[in-house]
Amino acid sequence: MSQRSASLLPKTFRDWFKSRGWTPRAHQLDLVAKAREGRSVLLVAPTGAGKTLAGFLPSLVELAERGRGRAGGARGLHTLYISPLKALATDIARNLERPVAEMGLPIRIETRTGDTPSHKRARQIERPPDILLTTPEQLALLLAHREAEELFKGLRRVVLDELHSLVTSKRGDLLSLGLARLLAIAPQATAVGLSATVREPDDLRRYLVPQRSPENALADLVVVQGGARPDIRMLELGEPLPLAGHTASLSMPAIYELIKGHKTTLVFVNTRLQAEYTFQELWKLNDDGLAIALHHGSLDVAQRRRVEEAMAAGKLKAVVCTATLDLGIDWGDVDLVVNVGAPKGASRIMQRIGRSNHRMDEPSQAYLVPANRFEILECRAALDAVHEAAQDTPDARIGALDVLCQHILGMACAGPFRLEELYEEVRSAAPYAELSWEDYEACVAFVATGGYALRAYERFAKIVKGKDGLWRVRDARIAQQYRLNVGTIVESSMIKVRLGKSLRSRPGTVLPRGRILGEIEEYFAETLTPGDTFLFAGEVLRFEGISEDEVVVTRAGSGTDPMIPSYEGGKFPLSTFLAARVRDILADPFEWDRLPPQMTEWLLQQRRRSIVPGPRDLLVETFPRGNRFYMTCFPFEGRLAHQTLGMLLTRRLERAKLKPLGFVANDYGIAIYASGDIAGRAARDPNFMDDLFSQDMLGDDLEDWLAESALMKRTFRQCAVIAGLIERRFPGEKKTGRQVTISTDLVYDVLRKHEPGHVLLRAARADAATGLLDVRRLGMMLERIRGRIIHKPLDRVSPLSVSVMLEIGRESVYSDNADEILAEAEAALLDEALA
Amino acid sequence: MTALRKIQRTTQQIGLKGQAAVLDLTGALYLPDHDVLLVADLHFEKGSSFARRGMMLPPYDTRETLAALTDAVFRFDPRTVIALGDSFHDIGGPDRLGDEERTALGGVQTGRDWIWITGNHDRVLPENIGGQVAEEMMLGSLTLRHEPMAGEQAEIAGHLHPVGKVVMRGRATRRRCFLTDGNRCVMPALGAYAGGLNACDAAFRPLFSNGFTAHLIGSERIFAIARSMLCRD
Repeated sequence: MSQRSASLLPKTFRDWFKSRGWTPRAHQLDLVAKAREGRSVLLVAPTGAGKTLAGFLPSLVELAERGRGRAGGARGLHTLYISPLKALATDIARNLERPVAEMGLPIRIETRTGDTPSHKRARQIERPPDILLTTPEQLALLLAHREAEELFKGLRRVVLDELHSLVTSKRGDLLSLGLARLLAIAPQATAVGLSATVREPDDLRRYLVPQRSPENALADLVVVQGGARPDIRMLELGEPLPLAGHTASLSMPAIYELIKGHKTTLVFVNTRLQAEYTFQELWKLNDDGLAIALHHGSLDVAQRRRVEEAMAAGKLKAVVCTATLDLGIDWGDVDLVVNVGAPKGASRIMQRIGRSNHRMDEPSQAYLVPANRFEILECRAALDAVHEAAQDTPDARIGALDVLCQHILGMACAGPFRLEELYEEVRSAAPYAELSWEDYEACVAFVATGGYALRAYERFAKIVKGKDGLWRVRDARIAQQYRLNVGTIVESSMIKVRLGKSLRSRPGTVLPRGRILGEIEEYFAETLTPGDTFLFAGEVLRFEGISEDEVVVTRAGSGTDPMIPSYEGGKFPLSTFLAARVRDILADPFEWDRLPPQMTEWLLQQRRRSIVPGPRDLLVETFPRGNRFYMTCFPFEGRLAHQTLGMLLTRRLERAKLKPLGFVANDYGIAIYASGDIAGRAARDPNFMDDLFSQDMLGDDLEDWLAESALMKRTFRQCAVIAGLIERRFPGEKKTGRQVTISTDLVYDVLRKHEPGHVLLRAARADAATGLLDVRRLGMMLERIRGRIIHKPLDRVSPLSVSVMLEIGRESVYSDNADEILAEAEAALLDEALA
Repeated sequence: MTALRKIQRTTQQIGLKGQAAVLDLTGALYLPDHDVLLVADLHFEKGSSFARRGMMLPPYDTRETLAALTDAVFRFDPRTVIALGDSFHDIGGPDRLGDEERTALGGVQTGRDWIWITGNHDRVLPENIGGQVAEEMMLGSLTLRHEPMAGEQAEIAGHLHPVGKVVMRGRATRRRCFLTDGNRCVMPALGAYAGGLNACDAAFRPLFSNGFTAHLIGSERIFAIARSMLCRD
């Protein structure tokens, strides 16, 4: 045992490592040393590096030493561990118990999640354990407790697990504010962040320490270099891949063979639909009766747990799963990862690959399986990125204002606060370091009275400023309201799917009597009409209707094809980084040699019939087909930005009297169809295309569209719930009828008209910039292509355009224009009458 | 002339018990034979009603609703306006009415008869809001009341806040609507924060045993949609 470990670890620990046949790893000792120096630290390490033990080791050592000093008695909470997943917290607690028991350490470890019974919660505050494992939401609740200061004042360490995944969302914003409060209550505490490899570790280092002065703005950094290079390749088939589609149906036999040849395989897919499809296809091939299971976020929790347990027990041959398994729960001996469909992001694919071979010194084995020709390009780009270990994790977030509103109310529930002091504390959280006093005041005003220019609600204020200058929550009812609405995950957008029973005595009548299969997005359910069939929970289901708050379905007869092509749950847009690489490969014919021959042939065809665009160019093709005129373009900016672009382009074409009829979008491009001759107009007006794609579409056109955009209204609803404007609807809670609930769509319309600068609208806009509307990326694209639009008028569809044209009928056609939909329905009535 | 064209573009005419009824884009209904304008479920001060309970909805709903009401009243310029109940979201609503809104309300009432029919939200109405108060009334062969009642009697009512949902090729829209079978009309809620009950809900079944046509209020005009084209939520 090295001298270093002798000086850093007590004998009990050294003996324990020895008894297990282990040597403490350098980074594990580094963390003990950092803790002794009182430094906060970010540990970046690949999976299998013993990250979790490293995170806890300093605490265990300190607690072991403290235990000897002060035997028994009431000790305070020493270490707080935060994980993004409830299941992960429970898992880690179990793993920690082992060394603690084996070393006979006097350390009490407990978890606190939504499932913890109330008597235990109360006891945890009265007599806290040494180590408490919990989630960001539970931390927010604890901090809003009147006893928070007492509970946390002796805290020594905060461990934040899977930090790379936490910081990319509003949960990360909420956690950063919680951390700021913790470190204000317990300035002696240090923070440890555990993270997978990221592009900008400094972002995470800032997140861990109070941003009060530039000198001390970064936590220390400990990096474990990734062990063996992953053995990763693209699955190549003898036959050409289709031009579009995401099902990878041709590759299923090869995937099945791979599963057969390995011990345990994780098959990752991007969407729940793909998960459903892949699972079904693999079972069609499953003559060997291999134990292949399905796991995705929409399935019922009990079913997911069963799969997870079987997996951990080594009983499964393969699991088909979505992002729900991206995070670090230990899945036992996975020796192969197969990623079906496009990787979408370099860092994401590396984290997924990391799921195989939990020993970091052995190479992980992985296959990328492209489903169509564009995905070959994307897989190629991802393979290159993996080989260079290039990362494309997103930029650090700017703290959301709706989350801040929620936090302010929580802090008022904890106790009276002074406006200036809370401001300084909030700004010590990295995402809020740049928060202006004006925005902060607007948030406080929102929490108090809604913050409207028309000061109508002063007498109903939720928090009030006393004569002593301190702000207090008005009454216990408001505090209760806060507790019920805490968190940034707006669950109410999901609706349960229940299997119904058909009544034999009354054909056509279906009773909602069967079991719950899982849940789907409410907005998807809203587009279903009775009789529609779709894939879910591994089978084809028939939509029967909505009963109370559940979707009632029956099993469709065997051999039925699902009618509703897709729902987007869990679909990631292509990362900017990979998109740029795909454009580079496309633009450089020397690169084509590295692609499968079918791909090269396809690109040569494109060059012959149209052109292959340069890396910064935007190719726009126009061509007639049937009695319609088509326009396609290829920005490669991901489906969300493309949807927004499509909406705005159709508005502009409408105004140009070119009568657009609809559009479809995928990750690579969009196709718009119109009854007006777009190419003809462009021929007469040389500036037409430049004007059509000019950046000013992000001005008035965007404004007009936002007024009615369903996506924007969904974004606003989420902000309204998080900020506490309306109460969240709980899953399973009945829709209580028209008087009690309030539609946020109506609130949105009214607020937009009367107070367009209101803090909630600003929060929703900030979300729209990066979220469902991806406006920021669209803006960057429009900037990039300025003066670089290459318009190719063709007399028929080009090879490149075929791929996006094939989405027509496969993807839903977007439109937020209610009158269009209604006119169509009215016409249907007239047709009926005339028939 | 322009004003008239505007009215024609944003309205749809139907027959109700042998007389003409003009459905307006605002959600109001005009009976030319009687020179009466009907509005339903204004739910004034719903925002402040929620604010009392800690949900600080934007306090602009009353002026928004008033704007729609004023628009309809000034375009049709009727001799009589009848509000079919739930004009205020709760009993305390009239007291919470802001000064500006009170003045605006007085403005539309001036020069015409104004009748408040009571609803379940506003069983009692104070005198200081102008006009007369009634529980229900007859207009020729039509009964006007808040809550529709199944039966032969021809009526115009509100209360249920009907909305129709239409899905065409995966695209859905949900809009306020008038429901009518030629004998009865259930009017949409006019209040800015008034939610809606899907026209497919069982509550409408006893009222329209022979089916109905839904007149959905679009952005620019009203659309007549067959019952069979409507979807549940």
